[in-house]
Amino acid sequence: MVTVGLTHFLVISTLLFSMGLYAIITRKNAVMVLMGVELILNSANINFIAFSRFGNFGYNGQLIALFVIVLAAAEAAIALAIVLNIYKNLSTVNVDEVDNLKD
Amino acid sequence: MNIYDLIFYLFALLTLVSAFFVVTNKNIVHSAFYLLFTFFGVAGIYVLLGADFVAIVQLIVYVGGILILLLFGVMLTNKITNVEIKTGTINIFSATVGVGLFSGALLAAVLYAPWKESALQEAAPTTGILGNLLMNEYVLVFELLGIILLIALIGAASIARR
Repeated sequence: MVTVGLTHFLVISTLLFSMGLYAIITRKNAVMVLMGVELILNSANINFIAFSRFGNFGYNGQLIALFVIVLAAAEAAIALAIVLNIYKNLSTVNVDEVDNLKD
Repeated sequence: MNIYDLIFYLFALLTLVSAFFVVTNKNIVHSAFYLLFTFFGVAGIYVLLGADFVAIVQLIVYVGGILILLLFGVMLTNKITNVEIKTGTINIFSATVGVGLFSGALLAAVLYAPWKESALQEAAPTTGILGNLLMNEYVLVFELLGIILLIALIGAASIARR
């Protein structure tokens, strides 16, 4: 086996990104869609930190990963508030049933 | 194959397997708990990349904050009396094909790109360095993020209470 390098980390983040995308596309429940978004944000963070370690960029990548984590926290709070309101108004959180704007 | 590689493969396996269970499990609560292991694995990968502070922040914010928030979301949006909290799935076939093609293309790009790797320096504690950067070069971003977080939390509370 080859020693672990940049490519290994990139492959992991690619697979994590694909799984997050799969969750977003296939899941009906809005909370599960949010989990997919979190997976995608994590894979982006792995990329940032891997390039900050193996490229010659100093510590900027790690800082950007920190910023992404902060934004993920804000996003999760807002999105869950919206999901709660959807549940209160329509008593469902399935994203395919929330189609009032269609008709 | 040294100990670093062994630990890397361990964390990679943990991350990918638990992420696979997250996206395939029918029960949302089980998915949330598998997500815990995914976050732990990603934190381990951060440590292997020499980002100790980011790894700790990942554990505190994701596992301690976001995951709890997601679990609250699951609990509040289901009838608490029914134990089986299922999630339906749609578009399975087209999603599998599309995501498979997409990840194949991405993997090919990652594997065949001629990445230039600079020489690795010894991994040092990063907390002080990150603090200095945050207070000097990135102070505007830091302040803006603080304001965004405040506004987001106030907005979330006021939306959820309505």
